[in-house]
Amino acid sequence: MTESVLINAELVESILTRFIHEEVTKFDFSKVVVGLSGGVDSATSCFLAERALGKQGVVAVLMPYKTSSPESTSDARAVVEQLGIESTEVDITPQIDAYFDRFPDADRVRRGNKMARERMTILYDMSAKHRALVLGTSNKTEFLLGYTTLWGDMACAINPLGDLYKTQVRQLARHLGVPDRIVKKAPSADLWTGQTDEGELGFSYEEVDRLLFAMIDERKPRRELEREFDPAFVERVARIVQSSQYKRRMPVIAKVSARSIDRDFRYSRDWGR
Amino acid sequence: MHIGLAQLNPVLGDVAANLEKHREWMKRAAAENVELLIFPELSLAGYHLRDLVPDVALTPDSDILSQIVKASKDMSLVVGFVEETPQFRFHVGAGYMEGGRLLHVHRKVYLATYGMFDEERYLDAGAGVRAFDTKFGRCAMLICEDLWHPSAPYLACHDGAHYLLAVANSPGRGVRGHTLHTAETYERICRVYAQLLQVWVVLVNRVGFEDGVNFWGGSMVVSPMGEVTARAPLMEEALVTADLDIDEVRRARVFAPLLAEEELELTARELRRIIDDRSRE
Repeated sequence: MTESVLINAELVESILTRFIHEEVTKFDFSKVVVGLSGGVDSATSCFLAERALGKQGVVAVLMPYKTSSPESTSDARAVVEQLGIESTEVDITPQIDAYFDRFPDADRVRRGNKMARERMTILYDMSAKHRALVLGTSNKTEFLLGYTTLWGDMACAINPLGDLYKTQVRQLARHLGVPDRIVKKAPSADLWTGQTDEGELGFSYEEVDRLLFAMIDERKPRRELEREFDPAFVERVARIVQSSQYKRRMPVIAKVSARSIDRDFRYSRDWGR
Repeated sequence: MHIGLAQLNPVLGDVAANLEKHREWMKRAAAENVELLIFPELSLAGYHLRDLVPDVALTPDSDILSQIVKASKDMSLVVGFVEETPQFRFHVGAGYMEGGRLLHVHRKVYLATYGMFDEERYLDAGAGVRAFDTKFGRCAMLICEDLWHPSAPYLACHDGAHYLLAVANSPGRGVRGHTLHTAETYERICRVYAQLLQVWVVLVNRVGFEDGVNFWGGSMVVSPMGEVTARAPLMEEALVTADLDIDEVRRARVFAPLLAEEELELTARELRRIIDDRSRE
């Protein structure tokens, strides 16, 4: 891995487990639900949650669709078994197919987004059932590239991984003991057969993380970035980051009063906690 | 002097709950014969207050502050709060309380307003750095960002402080090294100030999370020789006690009279010149 994005995984673990514990318990919860796909992000989130809250504190929810790769499900089950946490499996095929029977010409993007949002509604229902908070699993690379579904896989109460690039999540996963095959396999949203993140994005996480780190964390100006990276690649990624900004903000509210939410009515989420 | 570093986790915006916490920690400190108990920046209020600032602000004669001041009869205290002035200005204040009296309030001079910080939007900056006499010797207080401006500890120590009491709400960030980057840099500057200004430096930082931001704790005591003599853990609540002897200050200043030899007139003259030159630019 490139030097610039290396993390002290032990230190990150201690911050993130404390984060999960405190942000859950100070709202009088003791549990989280995690949508566990079998990929490295959700597996890492489960590992962190189990360390923060104990076995009793995590419910993994597996939500395969009929085209989901069988390895995804078996990898997810392996995580559940290794951690000894509670899990539920909800096959989303009936509800997805029932909907698209009415819109048979829907393309795979619509189908993929629908699946992500269907999973979100299940997670929130499970969170009510278990009196738990939804633990997010999106990482910083996905957020910055907008490679997520709005109100779908992005939706959560708290997110431990959102300030870590994909390659840093892998490093943390190895440190936590996430099974090697999960850490090593090609990342995929698994929304259709054969889909891989890197195939869809057109660059590797290693490359883009190095660029994003220089662009965002180090705040290097364009001329410096272009000395280190292919200018066309810099341009493309910069555009993606800018055009996906809306996904990283709350919906825009039209201002008409003297005090509008979040603009001049400013309170922290942890107000009184 | 036997001091206590109260590395606690306040409740955001709930002064009454924090007052209770202070009482508990004072009880614990009393059991360890602490003579001066130091709470972190904004210990009665929490950090990311934003629009809560006027709601949690305390005037010196307010009931809550009076209760704390009264409690200093038995144990001297440094307490952090939002101070409201008669002109309805709001400051990040650190109060030094001794013998049932509010001896001194330091108002944070440097309000962090960059990157993740937004303090100046909600708060007013203090206008001075002063040392003051306590029953243990001469002290000065600084608050968090004040420490990042060497002139602040410089003024405090040339104003005669033997003890520099620094309180902070420092968020942890930077996870590439052996420890948090912020913890490393704070230790570095505290050691440099202690050694160059020949004072005891006490740093008390809070712990806990607010909206995902972690406060790293790691409170410490640094001797006038620049050595860390006491240290609290990272990211966990802890009451750490330490003994600070004024003879250490004497020893350091006898060994190398850095403070005594400082050319204050020269510094003042050159600063005046620099300010005048800039105003002509």
